[in-house]
Amino acid sequence: MALGDSIRNSQVWKSIFRHPAPRDRRNRIVVMLTNVFLHLHPVSVRKSGIALSYTWCMGGITFFLFLVETVTGVLLMFYYRPTLEHAYNDILSLRDVATLGILRELHRWGAHAMVISIWLHMYRVFLTGSYKPPREFNWGVGVILLVLTLLLSFTGYLLPWDQLAIWAITVGSNMARATPILGHEGPGAKFLQIGGVELIHSGSDARFLLLGGRFVGETALLRFYVLHCVAIPLAVGLLIAVHFWRVRKDGGISGAL
Amino acid sequence: MHEGHLSDSMQTGLGVYYFLVALMNLGFAAYFHYHKNDRNQALIWSAVAALFAGHGLAYLAHRGWILPEGFKNSVNYVMGPTTYFVAAVAGLAAFLYWRRFFTEPVVAWTILQVGLLFSGWAMTDYTFQQIITKPDNVPIVMLIFSVGFFTWLPMRQAVINDDRLARGEPPMEKLEEEKVLVWPDLVYTELICMVICTVGLVIWAVALKAPLEQPASSSRIPNPSKAPWYFLGLQEMLVYFDPWMAGVVLPTFIIIGLIAIPYIDFNQKGNGYFTFTQRSFSVSTFLFGFVVLWVVLIVLGTFLRGPNWNFFGPFEPWDPHKSVPLNNVNLSDYFWLMGFGQAMEGMGWFWRELPGIVLILVYLLALPPLLAKTFMRSYFIKMGFIRFFILVTLIQFMMLLPIKMVLRWTINLKYIVFIPEAFFNI
Ligand code: HEM
Repeated sequence: MALGDSIRNSQVWKSIFRHPAPRDRRNRIVVMLTNVFLHLHPVSVRKSGIALSYTWCMGGITFFLFLVETVTGVLLMFYYRPTLEHAYNDILSLRDVATLGILRELHRWGAHAMVISIWLHMYRVFLTGSYKPPREFNWGVGVILLVLTLLLSFTGYLLPWDQLAIWAITVGSNMARATPILGHEGPGAKFLQIGGVELIHSGSDARFLLLGGRFVGETALLRFYVLHCVAIPLAVGLLIAVHFWRVRKDGGISGAL
Repeated sequence: MHEGHLSDSMQTGLGVYYFLVALMNLGFAAYFHYHKNDRNQALIWSAVAALFAGHGLAYLAHRGWILPEGFKNSVNYVMGPTTYFVAAVAGLAAFLYWRRFFTEPVVAWTILQVGLLFSGWAMTDYTFQQIITKPDNVPIVMLIFSVGFFTWLPMRQAVINDDRLARGEPPMEKLEEEKVLVWPDLVYTELICMVICTVGLVIWAVALKAPLEQPASSSRIPNPSKAPWYFLGLQEMLVYFDPWMAGVVLPTFIIIGLIAIPYIDFNQKGNGYFTFTQRSFSVSTFLFGFVVLWVVLIVLGTFLRGPNWNFFGPFEPWDPHKSVPLNNVNLSDYFWLMGFGQAMEGMGWFWRELPGIVLILVYLLALPPLLAKTFMRSYFIKMGFIRFFILVTLIQFMMLLPIKMVLRWTINLKYIVFIPEAFFNI
């Protein structure tokens, strides 16, 4: 104990954390205010709001899983190249050669778990009526986060480039072909023509935009890779920041009025 | 492993499984004995624990029993898309109506134990076991148990709160109004939660390898071809709707509908605590949408849909040659052919499909004002025109699926409107 205390009262420690050990009330408040990560939280909260039986910790678990996905995902990027030549074999050697052999498992099961935890988070927010004023907007932010999370999962599903991947994505992306107006087999697409030349055909419709081609091939792999590793995670990170900010600004975790 | 024979490793696995369940029940019994001083309950659950321990011993000794063929066959026979879906709806309705009964811990526990007992038994079937233990299907098992638990828990708190509110007392959540410091109260909870999640995830990752099938090939099409599991509810809708509805229009409405919820729910009560009676309409609607139309359909799509997207009972081998007679008929056939005995050749699409078009227009445009005048009059008055119209439209789109299901099951209806020339089929 004495050793721990002397470390925590040392100059180095204080220079990093800016306060001594959070043992008394003052320092427990200061610790929340002076640390950029902890400062996502308020200093004090209503006791009912943080009860496990109330939030189920599901928002927190979703956030935690997002962090797990980010870390394991960055590590996976060291081993993986999104080309027809390498993609499958890189995943194979990840299984057979790489040390830390559970990297891919952590990433895949974490993604599945995140889909479940985000649904349960939404479920509890609904059942406690926490979307009601003043939290309407944050519920909307949440819905966008939900959609983005599903898209993250979906784009990642293609990357191993095995039979499971390519056909699941084919089934999913075939839907885009039927988009009203914008898909070449969708209602209304026929009306978009100039002088008898159809504007929407299999080489110009919504599915083509998604895949960069007429079928799930190399261009689709590249598009999904960029979406999965860069574009969607950035958007999700940004929206999570907005989400947390609004939880606090809307008066903290909801409680009985 | 073949039919009618259980491999050694499977026997051992089931033995361990049943012992774990026995331990759970022993814990439950101890809770009653020491905490509640309820001897009878303690005795009952000890007996249940003994039953499970007996199972555990039998399987560990590799003398475990398997489900009799007769039982499996009758389950397969009874199960179909219709019975499955109707049972789910009836189950939800019963749960909501008798929520006081179902949320009793002892009742919920009993249901869980029966479920666990049967799950173990079901695992002795080769087909069932093959489907359940596919690595990517494991999350669905988690989904079933977690959605079950997290439907029970809030409903139990809602029942307690509703009683309190009826007596004029504040909800439980209100009793803990005082503020606590985030350090240590919340930060430590988060830390513990994080540690538990990490441990759980690592165990899962070590125990189960991520799947990797044959390299992608654009010529070998697997049958069935399934979307990722979280989209299987949408894929199931393809049975009843064309891709433009099932894959684009209805999902769009789901997203818009979710975002719209806070703006159309005018009920100010029930903000920040669990309740059912104060919000019975919105909670029931959401439960129907989330539990039945989303989760239940995902389970159906994952476990019970096989080659050619045919329905297979839980113990029915996935035979790619199973043929299901399709004799579905369009509304226009019903109207012109059967109603007027008039052939439809040479008829322009407009006249041919007019009955269906009128029906859809009536459904979408005439129903809202009708509801505003009758059943939902009080809603209309409180909500005003725009909100009411949006609410009803959203619910109408949500109900399109069950309506189409029922029409398919009862009169084999294929399309209400069928204009293949424009890819416009509903
Ligand atoms: C990446 C996804 C998400 C993350 C990381 C996240 C995280 C969180 C966290 C940590 C909280 C604090 C309370 C709690 O844990 O329950 C919260 C609250 C909230 N979340 Fe989310 N959330 C996500 C998605 C969603 C979704 C999909 C919805 C709804 C559609 C939603 C709606 C809300 C609302 C309305 C609150 C305020 C609840 C209250 O004050 O009681 N969030 N979120």
